[in-house]
Amino acid sequence: MRSLLDALLVLAVLFDFLLLGIGDLGASIRISAMQAATLAALPLLAREDGSLGHPILLFLGVLAVKVVLIPRLLFRAIRDASIRREMEPLIGYGLSLVLGGGLVLVSFALAARLPFPGPPPSDLLVPAAFSTVLIGLLLLVGRAKALAQVIGWLVVENGIFLFGLAFVHRTPMLVEMGILLDVFAAVFVMGIMLHHIHREFDRLDTRNLTALRDR
Amino acid sequence: MISFLVLLPVAAGLAALAAGSRLRRDALSLVAAALHLLGVVRCWVHPPSGELGGMLGLDAPGLLFLTIASVLFLLTAVYGGGYFARADPRALRIYAACSLFFLASMTLVCSSRHLGLLWVGIEATTLATAPLVYFHRSDPRVLEATWKYLVLCSVGIAVALLGTFFVAIAAAYGPPEPTPLLLESLLARGPTLSAPWIKGGFLLLLVGYGTKMGLAPLHTWLPDAHSEAPAPVSALLSGALLNCAFLGVLRGAQVCAAAGAGGFARELLVLLGLVSVGIGAACIVGQNDLKRMLAYSSVEHMGILALGVGLGGGAAYGAMLHGLNHSLAKGLLFFAAGNVVLSYRTRSIDAVRGVLRRLPASGVLLLAGFLAITGLPPFGVFLSELTILNAAFAQGRGVVALLLLAFLSIVFIGMAKGILGLVQGAPPEGTPRERESPVAVGPPALLATAALALGVFVPGFLDRLLEQAARIAGG
Repeated sequence: MRSLLDALLVLAVLFDFLLLGIGDLGASIRISAMQAATLAALPLLAREDGSLGHPILLFLGVLAVKVVLIPRLLFRAIRDASIRREMEPLIGYGLSLVLGGGLVLVSFALAARLPFPGPPPSDLLVPAAFSTVLIGLLLLVGRAKALAQVIGWLVVENGIFLFGLAFVHRTPMLVEMGILLDVFAAVFVMGIMLHHIHREFDRLDTRNLTALRDR
Repeated sequence: MISFLVLLPVAAGLAALAAGSRLRRDALSLVAAALHLLGVVRCWVHPPSGELGGMLGLDAPGLLFLTIASVLFLLTAVYGGGYFARADPRALRIYAACSLFFLASMTLVCSSRHLGLLWVGIEATTLATAPLVYFHRSDPRVLEATWKYLVLCSVGIAVALLGTFFVAIAAAYGPPEPTPLLLESLLARGPTLSAPWIKGGFLLLLVGYGTKMGLAPLHTWLPDAHSEAPAPVSALLSGALLNCAFLGVLRGAQVCAAAGAGGFARELLVLLGLVSVGIGAACIVGQNDLKRMLAYSSVEHMGILALGVGLGGGAAYGAMLHGLNHSLAKGLLFFAAGNVVLSYRTRSIDAVRGVLRRLPASGVLLLAGFLAITGLPPFGVFLSELTILNAAFAQGRGVVALLLLAFLSIVFIGMAKGILGLVQGAPPEGTPRERESPVAVGPPALLATAALALGVFVPGFLDRLLEQAARIAGG
C-alpha cells in the first residue's frame, strides 16, 4: 500500500514536469486531468481507519469535477474560441524545467523544516504537495495565454488537495463538496470569460473601424 | 435563523433568474434585502444559537460585518433601481441574480465558525461578483479588469485554502476530533497547536485573504475591478466585501493568538497595514480617475483596519469602529460618484467641473463623503482614526503613529485637490442644472447622516458590540 502511495506521489510530480515542458494546450489539459485522477485515488490508499464510504464519495466527486467536467469545459472553450493550441510561454520550456527542478529542491527543504505531526501517510506527501503548488504558480506566471493560466491554477489546486489528503478522513463532507463546487464554478466562470476575451479580440478590428463614425 | 439568512438570498436569486420582467426582479431584490435586514436585526435582539453542528454561528465581528453588508445591500438595491434605468435588460437579469448570490455568500462568510466553510464562502463571493464587475460588456477594459479580478483573487484564495490545511495539520497533533477546523475547538486547543504549522498557516491565510482584502502589495486587481464595475457594485465591493475578506484574516489571527503566536501575527498585520496606507496614499496623489481614487482610498482604509487590529488593545476597538465608518463613507462616495459619472459620462477628474451647480445634491454629498473619508471632525472616521493613533502613542509605537499621520495628511491633500476641483467651478457650457431623483440621492444622504452621527455619538448597543468585537480581534 505504502509503496503504491509513494509511486502515485512521484507520478503526480512527474506530471508537473510534463506540464512545464509541453507546448500544446490540449495535451496540457489532459495532463492536468490525469494528475487530478492520480490524486483522487490517494484518499483510498491513505485512509487510517477502516471506513471506505467517505473516501469513495470524495474519489467520485473529484473524478466527476476535475477529470470529467473541467477538461470538457476547457476543451469547449478551445473549440468555441478556436484558440491556437500553442502555449506561448513567457518563460521558455528549458528554463521552466530547470526552475521546476529548483522548486522541487525548495519543497524538500521546506518539508524538512515543517515536521509532520505523527507518522505521515508517506514521507513524500508534503514535498510532493509543495512541489505541485509551486510549479502550478510557475505555470501561472510563466504562460501568457489566459487558458494556460487556468491550467496553472488547476495545478495549484491539485497541490493543495494533496495537503488536504493528510486529514481527509476527518473533514466534514459538506466542506469538501463546497470546495469542489467552488473549483468547478470558478472554471465555469473563467470559461465564459475566456470565450468573451477571444470574441473581443476577433471583433477588435471592426471596432476600430466603427469608432470614428460616432464623432 | 442563520441558515435562513443564507438561503433566503439564494432562493430570491434563483427566482430573479426566472422572473420575466424587470419590475419583478427589482421587487424581488428589494423584498429579499428588506427581509434579510429584518433577520439581521432579529439577530441583534435575540442572538442566534449555533447551527450545522457549530459550523454556523454569529460572534461580535461576524454580526458587525453582516449588519454592514445587509444595510449596504438594501441601499444598493434602492439606488440600483435608478442607476440602471437605461441598462441592458439581459445584463440586468444576471446582475439581479448574482447580486443576491453575493449577499448569500457574504452572509455565509460572516457566520461561518469553520475555517473550511469560511473558505467556501469567500471563494463564492469572488465567483458571484465577477459577473457583476463584468457589467459594461462593450468595454475591453472591463474584460481585462474582470479577468484580473477572477484570476488574482482565485489564486489568492487558493493560497488561503493551503493556509487552512496548514492549520488543520497543526491541530492534528492532539487527540482526533469529530470535526476539525472548527474555530471554537481550535481556540480551545490553543497552545497544543503546532507552532511552525500555525505560523505558516497564518502567513498563507494573510496572503490569501489579504489579496481579496486589497492589502498592498497584493492589491493590484482592486483599483481595476472597483473602478470598472458599475457604481452600485463598487459600493458593495468596497463597503461590504472587503470587510468580509478582513474577517478571514481576523479568524487566522485569532487562531494564531490562541496558539501563542499572537505577536507574530500582529507584527505582520502592522507591517502590511502601514505598507497599504502608504501605497494607497501614494496612488491617490495625482490620480485623475475619480473611481480609481476611491478604490485606492479603500486600499488605504483596509491598511488602517489591519494596522488597528495589529496594534491591539484600544486600537482594535478603533479598527472595528473604523470598519463601520469606512463602509458608510465609501458607500456614500461611490453612490455620489456614480451620479456624477452618469451625468458627465466620464470618470476623468480633469474633465468634470461644477458638480455643485449641475448636480447640487450629489455635489454636496460628494463633498460630505470626502470630508468623512479623510477623517475630518465631526465625522466618524475622525473618531476611529484618533482612537487608533492614541492607542499607538500610548503603546510607545510613536514611529508607527507618525507614519500613519503623515500618510493620512498626504491622502487628505491628494483627495482635496481632486474632489474640490471637481465640485467647484463652472460646468461645461450648455448643460443646465439637472433634476436629481430621490432614489439617486436618498441612499447616499442616509449614509452621510449615519457617518456624521457616528462621529458625534456611538449608541450603547453598538458600543457594546464593538467592545466585544475588539476583544475577539485584538485582545
